[in-house]
Amino acid sequence: MTTVVEKQRKKAFFQAMIEGVSQEMERDERVFYMGQDVGKMGGVFQSTVGLHQKFGPERIIDTPISETGMMGMALGAAAEGMRPIAELMFVDFMGVCFDQIMNEIAKVHYMSGGAVKQPLVITASMGGGFSDAAQHSQCLHSLFAHVPGLKVVVPSNPHDAKGLMISAIRDDNPVVYLFHKGILGLPIIGFVDADIDNNVPEEPYAIPFGEARIVREGQDVTIIGLSQTVQKSALAAEILAEQGIDAEVLDPRTLVPLDTDAIIKSVAKTGRLIVVDEDYLNYGFTGELSALIAENLDKVKLKSAIKRLGVAGVSIPFSRPLEQTAIPQVDDIVLAAKEVMNASVL
Amino acid sequence: MFDINDKKRWMYETMVLIREYEDFLAMAYFEDKLPPKIQKGLAFDIGAGPVPGEMHLSAGQEAAAVGVCAHLTKDDSVWGSHRSHHFAIAKGIDLDRMTAEIYGKVTGLCRGKGGHMHLFDPDVHYACTGIVGGGIPHACGAALAAKMRGENTVAIAEFGDGAANEGSFHESLNYAGLWKLPVVFICQDNNYGISVAKSDSTAVESNALSRAAGYNMPGIQIDENDPFAMFEAVGEAVARARRGEGPTLIEMKVFRYYGHFQGDPETYRPKGEIEMLRMQDPIPKTAEKLIAQGIITSEQVNEIAVKAKERVKQAFTFAKESAYPDVSETFKHVFSD
Repeated sequence: MTTVVEKQRKKAFFQAMIEGVSQEMERDERVFYMGQDVGKMGGVFQSTVGLHQKFGPERIIDTPISETGMMGMALGAAAEGMRPIAELMFVDFMGVCFDQIMNEIAKVHYMSGGAVKQPLVITASMGGGFSDAAQHSQCLHSLFAHVPGLKVVVPSNPHDAKGLMISAIRDDNPVVYLFHKGILGLPIIGFVDADIDNNVPEEPYAIPFGEARIVREGQDVTIIGLSQTVQKSALAAEILAEQGIDAEVLDPRTLVPLDTDAIIKSVAKTGRLIVVDEDYLNYGFTGELSALIAENLDKVKLKSAIKRLGVAGVSIPFSRPLEQTAIPQVDDIVLAAKEVMNASVL
Repeated sequence: MFDINDKKRWMYETMVLIREYEDFLAMAYFEDKLPPKIQKGLAFDIGAGPVPGEMHLSAGQEAAAVGVCAHLTKDDSVWGSHRSHHFAIAKGIDLDRMTAEIYGKVTGLCRGKGGHMHLFDPDVHYACTGIVGGGIPHACGAALAAKMRGENTVAIAEFGDGAANEGSFHESLNYAGLWKLPVVFICQDNNYGISVAKSDSTAVESNALSRAAGYNMPGIQIDENDPFAMFEAVGEAVARARRGEGPTLIEMKVFRYYGHFQGDPETYRPKGEIEMLRMQDPIPKTAEKLIAQGIITSEQVNEIAVKAKERVKQAFTFAKESAYPDVSETFKHVFSD
């Protein structure tokens, strides 16, 4: 008997993401990409490398640094049947154009009673970890998830980066697709790589929204992260395994829609939950998941209180030691897991 | 080629229809909103009655809408604002469904989800938004789509002088000027951004004369509230856009005969201003011109008025007799399936 081992096609996150965009642009001529420095430069975070050469300046469009105009144009073009991808260099810059996202793009389909579709993708880098300070390090995915009408996608690994990008482009709704700078695999920024799934098949594939990935199965504690904190959680789980704690790591992959069934199922199994987020702790994803479990205590029997890790009510500081303190790290997750293992409920 | 007299007749008829619509709505709006029918202590209840919510009327701005839309085909798009009934009607939006939308009925253009500030009719490529200046870049996006597909359509951004102080206006003009987008910007100067006069909010006297050049496009200022002056200016601007030569900014002086919203006490208006503006009403002036030119007769003027009244009545009857959406619709249409 012979076992066929499929050859792995390893790609970095940014390469996988670009491949998804490129294949969709080949498939569908309505798709185009616009943003600041996405043309000849290929994106400040190499998010469009090679696309300008392949598709030309008509479909890979360098815009002025005028994000409001760009987002508004994405709406108008989408309403007229195009499928734009609009890139904000940093998600932090949504502050200059959030009206177009929150009041216009997110609401058109609802306000029109379904008469006008918005098949567009808003993409942006997010996250800190390389001392870019308060205005260039935020995650902010929960802000988008808070607004009805936006789907929110935060891939954690190269395989998902491609499949979720393809789904985002094919979706008839506005999709916010955020890529963390610290998992892109760029040669200029340090990145976390727990090798969750770096296999990126060449043929196009779409990963459905709202289906969580179980990154690691475990029995003792459920650790849920998003984007880079999934990678950190996977690394923490390896350390915990050496110490006899069997952690389950879950990656929801999309905030909207959210795979609540998978989350409840996992926490029902382990009885313990740690939510790790690089977005702000207050009024965000960690609170949302805690509420989800609280509302399902008829299905979930907790063995300890829920633990939340996030950026706790501060902006991201510049100074290296301060920044590393503000952002949840692998050691913080390990410590939190030990605490919940030793804790008990009334 | 079109017959210019047909166009002029259409412009006049449409102005009359818009005015009749807005005047009728101005009254219908107050139904059940005044004492004694409302909560004790209130002088006026915005949320009460069959037409709840804010109401921004466009009476006095009709000339701008007809002068623009006389040049448009169904496939050209118009992107409006919170005060855009005039453009919706001139663009050929379904009047029954528009009215039903304003009444929040399930037969409305948006099944009652949008209301009067958020009217969408993709069949005639019309949309508007309640955020000042918010719709201007949408027109640029439609124009970009047309340009990318090699289509000959144009997009119209129509907005007030207040919106010309929004960043979205300036970004949009830069995009359009830079990329020579087939878009025409129609700034309707009704002299007020809500309550603040243009001279107290705007660094220049004329957006068209002072600001267009900054974005590498022609700027045309029309000082008279006259549909034919707008028609002429837009004719050249639309032709230029269709030729691929880029955008134009046109500013026209118009009147806001009602308050910013219905119920606005308008304490900021100088005494006698409305009366003075009513004396210059473009509708009778246009009728006089057309009669003098032998394009219509005074009997036809009367017929047009009667026809408009009947049409408006029919639309409001349709709206009133329509059903509200089932409450289960509250949670539909967040996403497209």
